[in-house]
Amino acid sequence: MPYTANKPEPATREELRARIPGWGVDLDPADRPSVPRERFDPNGTGAHWDFPDRQPEGDQPRERSIEHGMLPPVFGTSAPLHGVSGAIRRFAYDRFSEGRAAHWLLLIAGDRVDAWGAHLRSLATLRPDNPITETGVVSELRHGLTARVGRKRADVNHQWIDPILVAGPWVLVGLGAAAGVRALRRRQR
Amino acid sequence: MRAMVYRGPYKVRVEEKPKPRIEHPNDAIVRVQLGAICGSDLHLYHGMMPDTRVGTTFGHEFIGVVDEVGPSVQSLKVGDRVMVPANIYCGSCFYCTRGLYSNCHNVNPNATAVGALYGYSHTTGGYDGGQAEFVRVPFADVGPTIIPDWLDDEDAVMLTDALSTGYFGAQLGDITAGDTVVVFGAGPVGLYAAKSSWFMGAGRVIVIDHLDYRLEKARTFAHAETYNFTEYDDIVVHLKQITDWFGADVAIDAVGAEADGSFLQHVSSAKLKLQGGSPVALNWAIDSVRKGATVSVMGAYGPIFSAVKFGDAMNKGLTLRMNQAPMKRQWPRLFEHIQAGHLKPSDIVTHRIPLEHIAEGYHIFSSKLDDCIKPLVVVGER
Ligand SMILES: [Zn+2]
Ligand SMILES: [Zn+2]
Repeated sequence: MPYTANKPEPATREELRARIPGWGVDLDPADRPSVPRERFDPNGTGAHWDFPDRQPEGDQPRERSIEHGMLPPVFGTSAPLHGVSGAIRRFAYDRFSEGRAAHWLLLIAGDRVDAWGAHLRSLATLRPDNPITETGVVSELRHGLTARVGRKRADVNHQWIDPILVAGPWVLVGLGAAAGVRALRRRQR
Repeated sequence: MRAMVYRGPYKVRVEEKPKPRIEHPNDAIVRVQLGAICGSDLHLYHGMMPDTRVGTTFGHEFIGVVDEVGPSVQSLKVGDRVMVPANIYCGSCFYCTRGLYSNCHNVNPNATAVGALYGYSHTTGGYDGGQAEFVRVPFADVGPTIIPDWLDDEDAVMLTDALSTGYFGAQLGDITAGDTVVVFGAGPVGLYAAKSSWFMGAGRVIVIDHLDYRLEKARTFAHAETYNFTEYDDIVVHLKQITDWFGADVAIDAVGAEADGSFLQHVSSAKLKLQGGSPVALNWAIDSVRKGATVSVMGAYGPIFSAVKFGDAMNKGLTLRMNQAPMKRQWPRLFEHIQAGHLKPSDIVTHRIPLEHIAEGYHIFSSKLDDCIKPLVVVGER
């Protein structure tokens, strides 16, 4: 106990070596590849440049953190900014540093606008969003009960929120649309 | 090409997408053969990571065949079979030249606080990932490595992130001979961290989770002593009791942003996005270790603030160590351990899901159905 000076060893090295495959192979910190944290080795990475070639920026300026002194030479080109979500995101990048909560909360808001815009736009395509197939919820039929009943899982207390988060907005939009149609009909009568 | 595409929180589908092209002289295009869904992909899937855009493809754990190379690529040629580390990095910046590949400063315009990863939102650079038939691999001379003949494909995939991260997490614990190590989370990273703790000389390895089937794997795969926290009124007190009232010498948080155990913390972060992550596991780590201990954080947290018990960490004189793992830095030594038979990484794989069924794969993994521990994604024929 910590109330006195000594602490007993849980097991001897011989016992541990006998019981655990590979016990102690990295006991010497020199064998640990990430010790020490920084090892200066500019020739060990495979890079054959002092500074990489610059990737072309494309049609619109690439959004970047205002904590960057310049646009880094290489970047991802997936899903460029567009529409309302794009405007929200660009504002978050242009106006607020990563140190500001507003930066991240605006980006999260942009994400929700993006997802809702995409859902609505998909209704006008040959492949509208399908909440059944896209959530993979069919796997519940095969595994849902056995995975939860009689187990001591701590996540069951909040999993009921997921369907509400996913389906809730669809239900609300549906109810709203139905109410709108009913109101129109009433007015026509 | 066929690719997994994000459609909004909890929704993904497979659709036709243009094949990626060479955008930089040191790019390669890799035809993916085998990928995986990572626990951290679930944070994206749940809509927790800021700037996760509809239409992006996830996946930072994959292996495949080089399909095309840019004009400055020297070390790879078309047809080479490669394993690609989850980090995208330049190899020449201040950080890369010091081995901090996960902190590269030349690959992520969107944020300076994080490096770049494949398929992990625009906050990590806006690159598409490997849950697709093809993927753009920047800095082909730096990251990808030819898969050694003796290494199984499934083991190679585990090296691209989960195994390297778990092994790195144990190193950040600065374990000395005989230390008691407690690992929070018996997912892939936690299992590998527990296993690796023995390599560094741990005298006792304890794993905490709430899923019995995963704790079973922690006992068989990682030889750990396990406790299901739902069976104890207060897991912190229990950990003190079983360590002679010291607490562990080292704790490893292998849970991250969506920790269970506190309804309020979980809902405020994972559901309402008011926190960058539910720090339940991290707070248990801080409170359950002994004074002067080291806490290694491998769990992924978002960039928004989290309610961490910093006062306790300060008063106890703890050392908090953390980083995204620089994957490739771990590989030479892990190759030796796999060849020596100290571990078989693919022992924790439970599911092999065809790309076309990936939506169900995400749901099964996210909801922990069918005793899922690690799902691989099979792309095309092997
Ligand atoms: Zn990962
Ligand atoms: Zn770099």
